[in-house]
Amino acid sequence: MRPGLESFADHESAANQRAVARRLIGEMRPYFRKWILVLLLVVMSAIAQAGAPWLIGRAVDDAMLTGDSRKLALLMLPLLGLYALNALAMRGQIRVVGVIGQSLLADLRERLFSRFLRAPLRFFDRQPTGDLMSRVINDVETLNQFFSQILSQTIGSFFALSGIIIAMLLLDVRLALVSFAVIPVMLLTTSYFGRRARVVYRKARETTGDVTAGLQEEIAGVREAQAFNRTDQNISRFRARNAANRDANVQAVGVSSAFAPAIDVLSTIATAVVIAYGGYQVVQGNLKIGVLTSFVLYVQQFFRPLQMLSTMYAQVQAGLAGAERIYAMTDEPMEPVDMATATRLDDMRGEIEFRNVRFAYEPGNDVLRDVSFTVAAGQTLALVGKTGAGKTTIANLIPRFYDVDDGAVRIDGHDVREITRESLRAGVAVVLQEPFLFAGSIADNIAYGRPDATREEVEAAAEATGAARFIRDLPEGYETQLGEGGGSISRGQRQLLTFARAILSDPRILILDEATSNVDTRTERLIQQALATLMAGRTSIVIAHRLSTIRTADLILVIDSGRIIERGTHAELLNANGAYAALYRQQFRDEEAAEVAAD
Amino acid sequence: MSFQPGAGRALMRSLGYLRHYRLDALGALVALIVVSLANLAVPQALRIAVDRGVEHGDSTIVVLAALALVGLALVRGLGSFLQGYLSERASQGVAYDLREALFARIERLSFAYFDRVEAGQLISRITNDVEQVRQFAGTGVIQITSALLMLLGTTALLLLINWRLALVALTTIPIILLVLLHFVRSVFSVFGKLQIAIGKLNAVLQEDLVGMRVIRVFGQERREEQRYSAANRDLLGRNVEALNAFGNNFPLIFLTANLGMLAVVWYGGREVIGGSLSVGELVAFTAYLNYLLFPILTIGFQMATISRAQASALRVFDVLDEPDDLAERPDAHVLPQIDGRIEFRGVHFRYPGAEQETLSGIDLTIEPGQTAAIIGTTGSGKSSLVSLISRFYDVNDGAVLIDGHDVREVTLSSLRGQIGIVMQETLLFSGTIRDNIAYGRPDASDAEIEAAAHAAQAAEFIDVLPERYNTVVGERGLGLSGGQRQRIAIARALLVDPRILILDDSTSSVDTRTEAAIQDALDRLMRAGGRTVVVIAQRISTVRDADLIVVLDGGKIVARGTHAELLEDSPIYNEIIQSQLVDDRQPSSSAVGGGQ
Repeated sequence: MRPGLESFADHESAANQRAVARRLIGEMRPYFRKWILVLLLVVMSAIAQAGAPWLIGRAVDDAMLTGDSRKLALLMLPLLGLYALNALAMRGQIRVVGVIGQSLLADLRERLFSRFLRAPLRFFDRQPTGDLMSRVINDVETLNQFFSQILSQTIGSFFALSGIIIAMLLLDVRLALVSFAVIPVMLLTTSYFGRRARVVYRKARETTGDVTAGLQEEIAGVREAQAFNRTDQNISRFRARNAANRDANVQAVGVSSAFAPAIDVLSTIATAVVIAYGGYQVVQGNLKIGVLTSFVLYVQQFFRPLQMLSTMYAQVQAGLAGAERIYAMTDEPMEPVDMATATRLDDMRGEIEFRNVRFAYEPGNDVLRDVSFTVAAGQTLALVGKTGAGKTTIANLIPRFYDVDDGAVRIDGHDVREITRESLRAGVAVVLQEPFLFAGSIADNIAYGRPDATREEVEAAAEATGAARFIRDLPEGYETQLGEGGGSISRGQRQLLTFARAILSDPRILILDEATSNVDTRTERLIQQALATLMAGRTSIVIAHRLSTIRTADLILVIDSGRIIERGTHAELLNANGAYAALYRQQFRDEEAAEVAAD
Repeated sequence: MSFQPGAGRALMRSLGYLRHYRLDALGALVALIVVSLANLAVPQALRIAVDRGVEHGDSTIVVLAALALVGLALVRGLGSFLQGYLSERASQGVAYDLREALFARIERLSFAYFDRVEAGQLISRITNDVEQVRQFAGTGVIQITSALLMLLGTTALLLLINWRLALVALTTIPIILLVLLHFVRSVFSVFGKLQIAIGKLNAVLQEDLVGMRVIRVFGQERREEQRYSAANRDLLGRNVEALNAFGNNFPLIFLTANLGMLAVVWYGGREVIGGSLSVGELVAFTAYLNYLLFPILTIGFQMATISRAQASALRVFDVLDEPDDLAERPDAHVLPQIDGRIEFRGVHFRYPGAEQETLSGIDLTIEPGQTAAIIGTTGSGKSSLVSLISRFYDVNDGAVLIDGHDVREVTLSSLRGQIGIVMQETLLFSGTIRDNIAYGRPDASDAEIEAAAHAAQAAEFIDVLPERYNTVVGERGLGLSGGQRQRIAIARALLVDPRILILDDSTSSVDTRTEAAIQDALDRLMRAGGRTVVVIAQRISTVRDADLIVVLDGGKIVARGTHAELLEDSPIYNEIIQSQLVDDRQPSSSAVGGGQ
């Protein structure tokens, strides 16, 4: 049963590989003109490669054996021409095919990147950043080898092959047919090794993947390993994967090192047959010795493409596997495009309405059920509830990071699906829990949402959020370069910069994820003040953790399992003595305790 | 070409790893010599076939020579199979050894190392750099040896057949070498720039993937696309430059080689006409010419890989040679079953490379069974202080003692085996929930694991998962929330049943109900079983219940005592208590008032 299953899987993947290969070849269509040039160059070099042995054979027969040294010198002239032609054609081929390959890779990279920029956000919920990086870096790199080496070399050699076949048939049909006799055997051998190689190389790739994936985790968790005394176990687990990878590689190379010699032996048999049969014909007087010389030279060139292919088998396989992964990614659906009837919403007032909203990240698993509420322009809405209740999901639906499954989200009375995404997001700013900054200067980062902002506007935004003070203390002020992720300043300062960034884009609606994180007390105070400035005069949706925010909110929604279970102001909800009151008491019992203790 | 100092030595050192596989390596070498000899014999068979067979009309010799060719091919085929297989085995063995040595080294390096070096870099050492070294140790060395053998053998045979003709043919070699050298030089400068361009492109990619939400929020997709596109076009330009280096030089090399062929046919043809050379010899000569070019090209290509392999070998040994600053002393003894007394005696600690001391002059004793709460602002040294107990770092001065044993005098495994830790950030490993809870004690029974989960308040959410304890979590499995991860971490620490428990009490970014559950679990963990507990405290309730509170500021203990004592005498303690509650306290009290 098992072998049958395996060969079925193998058959599947072979069909899959063919589809991927077809698609890769389809990618070349835009380079049609360049390919015509390549074809011309290839024909040039095929003529040169087929012509040179023929001229050498003529030199033997017509000059050397007849003792005509003038004829010999005359024959050298076209030979020189052919060699020069060959060099020129080769130069052209390397460049043109190379440029096609590299442009194609650049296109693929850009396509992947654009896909990422437009993929629905739920896509990133599933894919770790490292995986996506690896798609663009490693998978495209395997294709690089595929294009730069295999494409240019095999295409050239196969055309040269047709030139050689024609020349051989023209020189002597019978001898040509005799030397072609090994071809069927060779094709059978190639297909046999091809099948074997596919299996062993897949195994090798998989075990390499295991080693790498395991490493990522083990190295990230090395502190845990040391704290829990797991070092020795981890090393022995790694040893097992390491050994599996070594053995799979050795096995794979075992197959490919048998392939090249097998082709070599077969091509030598062809040469031997040519020499034996041709030599016999020469002895019989049916063949000239120079023609035989040409034939020996031809047969040696004849099998070079196959030999080359045998050494590149692993690369071809890796390239196809890489292409398959890349296509899996470019085939991901994009964020839904704007409806044809979508209109711009330029003067947003900031009124938000959720009308019977139902939403699920995965079908059948509703995260929001029948959520309805209205926030008037300029009001502050606080969302309260436990982790996973649906607070962040509500916030995500407003800038239309996701689309609702049922009901509608409306801004100023317009369904968000009927507004162009660009104008919608221009009116909404989101301040995330994790302050993210780009590499670049502080000024660039504050102006991220409005690259055309003047220096005065940037500084005013920094001033308004209290970030200006620490920026001024930096030796290079607004020109201070931040490393990746804004590494060179503290987390609290990063948070202040994201506030300044949000305030500069002057949104009508502000969405804020307000987790209190480990920042020191002074920064915390600054952040609180900045928040007040930020929220003033805007509609604010706050995923609230600070009591001060909740208390001053115009409306509090208590969310539980995707439903609104209570709504009202702080005072109203406390009086109602329901879920909110219970949550409230739980959260602030420490403070109460502190007071009791202090008294 | 750029050679780093010590690079050559590093490369030789990596070749030293071949000695464990000397039989394979030797076998590959012997096979290689056989292949080279068989190759060199082929033109001779051709010569005999032409001169003695065809020219003399002797069909038997022709057939025999043809058979000899097939025989040579069989020998060569067997040889090159063995050479390929054996050298792969040897080089994979070297890679295996290097990877394992690296991994074992990395697993045992002190935390100080990981503060300095990124995980991504270490992964790249084990994967990419080892692969570079492997390719050199396997194919590189073999191919260079093979190329040199063929080059010397061919030259000798050419000189033997006809030294005048040989000299004509060999004049091409210096020219080819010059072109090749020019090529290697130009390709090196291009490759350097190429690497920088790749680095820049990937930096944009990584940054944008991490900051994807920010890009969407501010609607900057087009701008990011342009930024990436610009970097991508730059890379394309560099790639085309590299292509041109190939395109300009390689046809020239082949042209030179072909001109050598032309010269041989012409000059050799005249010799044939003059009668001083046979046609068969000329045929053999042209066949040998083919053997000259490829070894030279191979050596040229290997030059490029050598310098890459050298750089990789340097990086590999850089990690392997990282001093083991936590090495156990040769006379380290096993720490006996402890009571849990922790003593810091005049401890000074500075992170490697840091100018300022993180801890200066810490004297502190925590008695068995006591709960000590450490408080202080960010950067005051709380985490560093607790890290010293498990000897994740070594002190610069003074000593940390457990039950009177200096932690540097006991084995690491016996020390860490008796200390449980709940970190602030909890990492789950790919595997089941069961595996993750049993991380510190893989032999624990199901009953023990479930008991630990229960005590950690984790059983509640585990029981509603479809596969309960067999649910796969981690990067490829189910994502758990921060609160759930933390409870798994508590269960993990509980299962080890340590005498000393270290925990980070901060429960950031979880909601209030989860937080309450976690705190409940933590409280149980602290109280159960008379353990010594050292807790980095964030909550008043923890501090209030502690036997000893230690207030850290700027790496020094500025106050110590119980909650009541410190409230009375320590202004800084009062300030910290107040400032940690700074905004929440007032509304809280008024709300309590309002509620009544």
